[in-house]
This record gives sequence, C-alpha cells and structure tokens, in this order.
Amino acid sequence: MCLAIPARLVEYVDEDRMYGKVELGGVQRRINTSLLVGEDATEPGEYVLVHVGFALSRVSEIEAAETLRILEAMGAAYTDEVEQIREWQSAEEELVGADSRERDGMPA
Amino acid sequence: MKFADEFRDADIARALGARIAAESGGRHWKIMEVCGGHTHTIFKYGIEDLLPSNVELVHGPGCPVCVIPMGRLDDGIAVAHQPGVIFTCFGDLMRVPGSEGSLLDARAAGADVRMVYSPLDALKIAQQNPDKRVVFYAIGFETTAPSTALTLMRAKAEGIRNLFVFCNHVTIIPPMKAILDSPDLQLDGFLGPGHVSTVVGIRPFEFVTNTYRKPVVVVGFEPLDILQGVHMIIEQIREGRCEVENQYRRVVHDDGNPRALEVLARVFQLRSHFEWRGLGFISQSALELRDEFAAYDAEKVFSVPGVRVADPKACQCGEVLKGVLKPWECKVFGTACTPETPIGTCMVSSEGACAAYYNFGRYSRARERERVLASGERAVGNGHADGNGNGTIAEHEVRPIPVRAR
Amino acid sequence: MTEIVVEPGSGAAIKAASGSIADPEQRVLERIAEIRKRKPLLREDAITMSHGAGGRASHTLVTALFGDILSNPVLDQLGDQAVLSLPGVDHMGLAVTTDSFVVSPLFFPGGDIGELAVNGTINDLAVGGATPLGISAAFILEEGLDVATLRRVVESMRRAADRAGVSVVTGDTKVVPRGKADQLFITTTGVGVVALPQRVAIERIVPGDVVVLSGAMGDHGSTVMLARGDVDLEADTLRSDTMPLHGLTTALLDDGIDVHFMRDATRGGVATVLNEIAQSAGVAVAIDETSLPVHDAVRGVAEILGIDPLYIANEGKLVAIIAREDAGRAVELMRSRPEGAEAAVIGEVMADPEGMVFLRTGFGGTRVVDMLVGDPLPRIC
Repeated sequence: MCLAIPARLVEYVDEDRMYGKVELGGVQRRINTSLLVGEDATEPGEYVLVHVGFALSRVSEIEAAETLRILEAMGAAYTDEVEQIREWQSAEEELVGADSRERDGMPA
Repeated sequence: MKFADEFRDADIARALGARIAAESGGRHWKIMEVCGGHTHTIFKYGIEDLLPSNVELVHGPGCPVCVIPMGRLDDGIAVAHQPGVIFTCFGDLMRVPGSEGSLLDARAAGADVRMVYSPLDALKIAQQNPDKRVVFYAIGFETTAPSTALTLMRAKAEGIRNLFVFCNHVTIIPPMKAILDSPDLQLDGFLGPGHVSTVVGIRPFEFVTNTYRKPVVVVGFEPLDILQGVHMIIEQIREGRCEVENQYRRVVHDDGNPRALEVLARVFQLRSHFEWRGLGFISQSALELRDEFAAYDAEKVFSVPGVRVADPKACQCGEVLKGVLKPWECKVFGTACTPETPIGTCMVSSEGACAAYYNFGRYSRARERERVLASGERAVGNGHADGNGNGTIAEHEVRPIPVRAR
Repeated sequence: MTEIVVEPGSGAAIKAASGSIADPEQRVLERIAEIRKRKPLLREDAITMSHGAGGRASHTLVTALFGDILSNPVLDQLGDQAVLSLPGVDHMGLAVTTDSFVVSPLFFPGGDIGELAVNGTINDLAVGGATPLGISAAFILEEGLDVATLRRVVESMRRAADRAGVSVVTGDTKVVPRGKADQLFITTTGVGVVALPQRVAIERIVPGDVVVLSGAMGDHGSTVMLARGDVDLEADTLRSDTMPLHGLTTALLDDGIDVHFMRDATRGGVATVLNEIAQSAGVAVAIDETSLPVHDAVRGVAEILGIDPLYIANEGKLVAIIAREDAGRAVELMRSRPEGAEAAVIGEVMADPEGMVFLRTGFGGTRVVDMLVGDPLPRIC
C-alpha cells in the first residue's frame, strides 16, 4: 500500500494550492498538493509523485532524461561490445575452421 | 505511463544485467534492498533472473505491514469492535492474521471495517458520520507519515473531533542499524528506500557509510532503477569508494522535502521504543502523536489490551524480514502458509517478500530454466518443452565468450 | 582474461546453464504444486467478503460446501450452465443457469443492475452454446425503496431483454424490512436448449489450443468502483461493458469454427476464468502480457489503486479456447462485430505445468497468475 506513482498535475483547485487534480491514463484524481513547495513547486502540466492521495514531490523531467541517457548509454555500450566480440569470434572461426571448434569443444 | 514505461525497457535491462555479470566476477555479492516496494518490483519483473548467480539480493524489513507484531493488530481489532467505531485502514491490512482472526473476520463478526486509499478518505468518513468515532489505523514509514500528519492538521483546523489515529508509523534508520549490528548477516551494500528519501533526503543514510563502511545507493522503483543501483554499488566497491549516492534524482532531493519534515515534527514525536516483528524492541524507531494532538490519539482515547503476542511457532516472518531466510526456506512457505491462508504478515502484504515470491517468483525460477533449455520460443506455432526439461538449444546457444581484460 | 558465459539475454540463461537453481528450492516449488492440486478445504467459521469476490475463497466455498453437500453428476461439473436431458429426446438438452445481482450502486455509466441481470444470465447460457428460451427474475426489495427507482430498473431489463431477443417469462417479489437488503437484489434463472452432444465442453480443450479474449479487460469493475464514490477518482471514458454475448457465440459456432470451450469473465476477472479452465481441464495456460487488451482509463485506475486488470470484473467479455488452426479466423469474425471489436489472441494452452496459469511479461520473464485472493473491489456485480 505504499506505492507512489508519477502522474500529471492537471490543475490546482484552490488559490492556496493545497489541492489539485492529477491525471493518469485519462483518470483524474483529487489530491493534496500542500507538500509541493520550494524545489518541489510544480506548475500544471508537470508531473508529481502521488502517494496515498498526496503529492510528495515534483518529478524532474531533466533529471529523468539524464538518468535515462545514462541507462541507455550503458545498455548500448555493452551490447555494442558483445556484438563486437561475437563478430570477432565468428570471423576467427571462419578463418580457422573446424580445427578451432574441436579445440574449444563447442558444438559444431 | 510517462516516467514509468521508459524505466521498464527490457533490452536495457538485459544489457545492464550482462554488464553487472561482467563486472562482478570473482566474488559473491550480498546487497539488501530495504524497502518492500523494491522487493515487489524485484519479483514482479524477475530482476533476480537478470542478475548473475554471484550477485544476491537480500530482502529487508521495509514492509510497513509486515513489521507490525500480532499483538498490535489485535489492539486494532479490539478498537474496531468497540461500539460506534468506524475502523479504516489500507487494503493490505484487511487479511493480516491476528491471534483471533483478521480485520476481515472482524467485519464478518459485525465490526464496521472499511478499506481506504488515503487518510483523507478517513477524514471524509468522519465528516459524513459525525455521530461515529472514525479510527484510522496508520501504517507506513516516513513516506506515509506526512500524509497522516497533514490529515490531522486539517482535522484540527476544521474542528473535526471524531477522527482518531492509531499510529503505527515507523522509521527506516533504526531497523537498518539493527540489521547492520546483527551478526546473522554480512552485507556488501544497500539499495536505499527511494520514496522514504523523498521525505528525509539521502543524508540520514550517511551513518551506514561512515560507521559501518557499506555503500548505499538510493534507488527508484522501476526495474532499471534497481539494476542501475546494483551496478552503482558494485562500481563503488570496485573503485574503493563508500558513499551515499542518489540514483533517484528525478524525484529525490539530497535534502528531502523540508515541508514534509516540518509537518512530521509538528504532529509526531519519536516513541522511546517500539516492537518490530522479527527484530524485537528497537528504541526511537516509531512515531506517536504529540500532546497537542492527544485528542486524536486512538491509543489514549480507547482502551486497548496492549498485550504482546508471540508469532505462531510455525511463523518465521521475523527471519525473512531480517533477510536471514529466503521465503522458500521458511518451513511453512506454500504449505500451511499461502496467500489465502496466511500465517504471518510476509505472505499477506503486497510488499511482503513471501507474497512477492509466491505470486511472482514461484514460476519464473523453475520454468525459466526449462524454457531456456528447451529452445525457449514463445510464439504460437513453435515447439516447446516436452515438460521434462528436454528440448533443443536453438537460438539461445550459449557459448563461452572471452571477455576482454579490464 | 576471464572466460565467462555471457549473453545479452536473460540472466536466467546464465543461471540455468550453470544449473544453479538450488535443489531445496526446487523441492519447495514442487511441494507447493502438489498441494495446490488437492481439494480445497473451507476453514472459516463465518462468511467474509472474500467469499463473494469470485476468486479462490468463492471457489472453495462452492466446491467444499455446496458442491460437497449437494453433489450430483450435473452439479459436479460446475459449468456455467447445467445441461439436463429431456426424457425421450436424444439430440437436445435443457440448459439451466442461475445468477444473483447485488451490485452497488444500482446505476452506473454503461448500465444498471437490471441490464446486468438480463445480460449476465444470457451469457451463462450462450457460452455453453445454448440458445436462450426465457428468463425468470426474482426480486428482493428493501422497505423504503423508491418505486421510481424500481421502475427504472425493470424498464432497463425490458430493453435489455428486447435487444437480446428473450423475454422475462416469470418472476417473484419479496419485501424485507429496511436495512435487510441494500435497496434491491435480483436473482435470475435462464433456460435454453443446446444440441447434444455438446460441441463446447471442457474435455475438448487440448494443448496447442489458442486463448482468445473478446475485448478489453476490467471496464465493468473499474466503472462500478468509481461510481460508488469511495475513491476520489474520475474517468469520463469508463463505462461498464455489460452486453449479451449470444450473438457473438452463435456467429462463431455457425461459422464452423472449432470452438472447444467458452466462458464469460465476470467476478475475479480473466485471471480467475483461466485458472478455472486450467484446473478443470488439467492443462496449463500461458498468456502474453503485451497482447492483453486494456483501455487506458482502466490501466490508470489499476495503476493508481495498485490492482491488476487481470482480476477486475467484466460483464461482457468472452474467453474462448479455440483450435489453433481456426484462431485467426475466429478473431477476424469477432472483430467484425461490435461485441468483439477489440478481440485478441492472448495466449495458448500447454500440457504443463498442469493447473497453472502463467504470464509472459513484456519484460521477458514469466510469473504465475493465480486465482484472485481476497477482495480488492467489493460488490461490483
């Protein structure tokens, strides 16, 4: 029951910005937004983290993009490397042929 | 779903898993994820299947339902049975077994027990039923406590007198410390609780790096977050660093949420001690209402038995919570203790390790092995295993590939 | 240089190849599988809301109490409808089904209790390949119920019956004191005829069959949940999917498609139906997470509340187990009709592990999909 999900802040429903409406997949929910101050101040259209009917913080697009960039780079770099190794290995196999396979004990 | 789907990319996950495999060689790693939400994600996405066998994830006590001792639940049930009470709680609690049945059973016996999704729902019920006493059984770590606090502040501001909070909020640092002090476990690092950190920031975890010399990486709740966190811990140790790092930067500020901390301090204070299932009494590990909110404190307004009840002999929740036992190592796992007939909390809560393993992990571990060994193709029309683990290795030819020295 | 086994694919490959799934763990998993095959026991002393959720507790109540006490060859089959033989008639049987409706609130986007009652009864007959002949409707009315409300419900039943080409041919009314029934309960009986031997039967299910779902999951349960107003959620697009399915089932059968089995997914969701099928037929059902049709709004509600759409109730969805060679044609046919516009192949039947339903995730893993435990959404049909 302690799940928190990112949802889009549609609007504030009062002047003091104590309550707002968030939207997820077309479903709207009324939540308490009084914790969205300072670094977490959020404008409609941005995303917030919602937990048991309260917005706990603002979701930073910039930071999210940065985290993703790092993840994608790590993933790609590694896949590239493995690809290269496989290419190198099949090239080697072609050159050396059956002898190589026997030596390494791999299935033909 | 924005900010969720991107962090569930299977290809990146596999690449991360392989990278972790390559960089973790030569030793066994034990990394504890503290938070129950992380346990849930780990099992739901089969993250352990993506990690090499020398990297082990140990499931910690961060499941706020799981750590509630049976006696405390009995107290709640006792309050629910009192006349004129509407008892409200989150869904997970409804089927947790007390010594004489669960809240669901109490409801069948006539108690007015209602499931809510927010403490604000309890406030609404109180407003709609002025002649009743509405009790909200509050659970959760620092993630959830501010919500309870704000609800009470609002109740006070609006002069609502018939709302009461039975407070079982707990804090995350003391159990982490208890685990670190315990001789039962030797851990290499921690995946820190991402949502607790939105409130408290990452600084409170510095005692782990400073005093116990174990790295901590505060991570988010999507599979890629967890995998990145594991990688960051391994990297720290290999590079000889020992720091608290923040992987969940899109939501967690290093200093937390000052307003949330403010409301916590306004409404709550630390109890001198609190009993945790499996960990015993830990001092300064839980919250209670301040005197200014005494009128809202269910424990002061209602008389509760306050009896300490030991877990049933068969129940090994305590050891599972400490990470000493894996769910399937519990003697009653899956036999006497199942989601429909739970003996302990770990099997009931959606964040409990046993429930997670039973619901998500049970199949994947055994069958993934068969699937891989038997060509593993899933599409309609292709062959599959004959059920005895026989088949041909087709696409997934696994050959030794020399890895370049680093 | 270290030689290690590496493949940018599942780490399970690594684990599996090294045989590192520990034997003790394997033994525990096997023991669990054994225990789950045993007949369930009813342990509770009092009925709880879980017994009405359509999931495991409901199943246990039906088999261990009702099934046990009332046992007879027809009841023991636990089909959606009972097929009785008519004296002196070989080629046709009498199909009978009964159902109760206790939904709260009575009216919700997309339907009401009256419509549910008519459609639900028809569907229980239709999935057995029966042609509905007539419906009976018994009402339990709470003292103080608005006559206007009752009129509205019954008018809705009339419309639903007309639309479906059946009539409410007999009924009953009882009134109970205020507080003894939540406004209005309806119990129906549906009677129809079915050709014998039955074309559609659980015994016809074989490994290799394909699982087809007639449309998006979870619309009804989500709609009623929100309509009740317990949660502060709004979703303008959500509507109950209640509808009669006999047009769809008849079209499938008339087209000569080799339909082995059908069931409508109601309480407990698609997951529960698949589990019932897996257990009764002694097969495994594998479903594909990425092919499960779910409307965005349902996904949103499910995400917010932490519920899985596989367990949310439906009132107009058909689960059909179809011979592999006819699957494509079946989906095409379904999609050509409004009831099946979003039909999709969602999985397949396998020989084992017997009695188990599992899901292949978009993430490349697999996990068990058990029957519903507990009751996340009370009183939704």
